[in-house]
Amino acid sequence: MPETVSRGIGSSTVGRKILMAVTGQMMILFAVIHVVGNSTIYFSGLNSYAEHLHELVPLVWATRFVMLPALLLHVFFGVQLALENNSAKESGYSVNTNLRSTFASRNMIWSGTLIAAFLVYHLMHFTFQVISPEAAASANADALGRPDVAGMVIYALRSYVVSLVYIFSLTGLFLHLAHGAQSSFQSLGLSNEGAEPAISKGGYSVALVIFIAYVLIPVLVVLGIVKG
Amino acid sequence: MDLTLMVWRQKSADAPGKLDQYAAKGISREMSFLEMLDVVNEGIVKAGGDPIAFDHDCREGICGTCSQVINGVPHGIEERTTVCQLHMRHFKDGDTIYIEPWHGKAFPVVRDLIVDRSALDRLIQSGGYVSVHTGGVPDANAILIPKGDADTAMDAAECIGCGACVAACPNGSAMLFVAAKVTQLASLPQGRVEASERVRGMIDKMSDEGFGNCSNHYECQAACPKGVKVSFIAKLNREYMKSWF
Ligand code: HEM
Ligand code: FES
Repeated sequence: MPETVSRGIGSSTVGRKILMAVTGQMMILFAVIHVVGNSTIYFSGLNSYAEHLHELVPLVWATRFVMLPALLLHVFFGVQLALENNSAKESGYSVNTNLRSTFASRNMIWSGTLIAAFLVYHLMHFTFQVISPEAAASANADALGRPDVAGMVIYALRSYVVSLVYIFSLTGLFLHLAHGAQSSFQSLGLSNEGAEPAISKGGYSVALVIFIAYVLIPVLVVLGIVKG
Repeated sequence: MDLTLMVWRQKSADAPGKLDQYAAKGISREMSFLEMLDVVNEGIVKAGGDPIAFDHDCREGICGTCSQVINGVPHGIEERTTVCQLHMRHFKDGDTIYIEPWHGKAFPVVRDLIVDRSALDRLIQSGGYVSVHTGGVPDANAILIPKGDADTAMDAAECIGCGACVAACPNGSAMLFVAAKVTQLASLPQGRVEASERVRGMIDKMSDEGFGNCSNHYECQAACPKGVKVSFIAKLNREYMKSWF
């Protein structure tokens, strides 16, 4: 076999999918930890959680330091692969018959774009706190003198528009993970014929559980059930 | 039975193509799809027209030459069937059937329903083989192979190289084709020697030839006339990772 200089991981078709799968799984892990933390809002623990979290400054920064490059890598390759795939198959057939692909799998780039737009909004809102500064946690202390994170979140999500934005974006995340969670196992080679049905179901379940866990927050707040 | 065909007609790679309508009259249920097209073509020739160009060779489902997208599905909706083995009994009198060539940047149209699939040959040339010394024939049972590995290799070797996986893939990827060859050879001791060069060579060539990337839609497995499985793609991904160590 001729000795050839092969492409590096970042330019190989399989290598890039492996990087997408690894970064995707990192973000799934982050999403799970994030929603567990957020759930402290149900028993008025969000301010305490936020305070403790921010006492662990190195941990918060280490997470940002890892997650931001992972996200950027994921988005970069996601867009690049989607563009290549579009040009490799410019047109479909007169009769559109999808045998195995799903709405979720065919729209990864769009659900991804929705997530990206949401992330910008979400960070501006609750991390940089520039969207409704009057309710910013950094400017309002709770009864114990801690930044009032719960107050900020509830103030925002009581608006129908804001909670609808959250619910819509979370639906995008659900679609992304409904395909992505199981797909990442295939990309990493962690699948075989026997395991494939279980991985498909498991991936879908992970997506569903993450979706429900997150979506309950805006739903319960906008319905006035969670008042802080 | 009488059918209406909507057939893709295109003079050459650069010429614009379009769907033309043909009537297929008096078709018997026992005919194969290609025989039905033969009948239609006789009619076209008698009327002084250009017959519909399509690829075919063995007509017994083993050569992988026949290649038509029938009602949006490569080789038609019947599972594990090539166009040449698809019989007209699966259609009803009065049906309208859409017949198109494989789509994909790596498969330029030659004429009508014929596409140039030589990109698949070049993929094989980029590593889909084992290098052996010429000379005396080796002893048949000198290298023992566990039954499970032999079975995997044989299942992967079912691929007839028709390109239906590429035609079915929304990304025009040849991942299943490459996965089948990599799995077949990597499962056997004779193929392990060059396993790393093979997997890297073939997947790089896939991109060079204009095939897309795999998004794990699994349309390929559903369209494959030989039932080649996407589990081989997982194996390909493992082989790729192994090639770095
Ligand atoms: C922020 C913007 C995002 C964009 C633009 C994006 C884009 C994409 C695209 C296009 C794919 C499909 C790649 C392919 O198969 O061809 C993909 C896969 C995936 N994404 Fe995202 N994504 C984003 C965010 C996320 C987030 C936040 C998560 C996790 C919480 C995630 C998890 C995944 C997973 C697990 C996969 C499957 C990887 C694979 O098939 O191996 N993505 N993404
Ligand atoms: S003509 Fe040989 S497989 Fe159909």
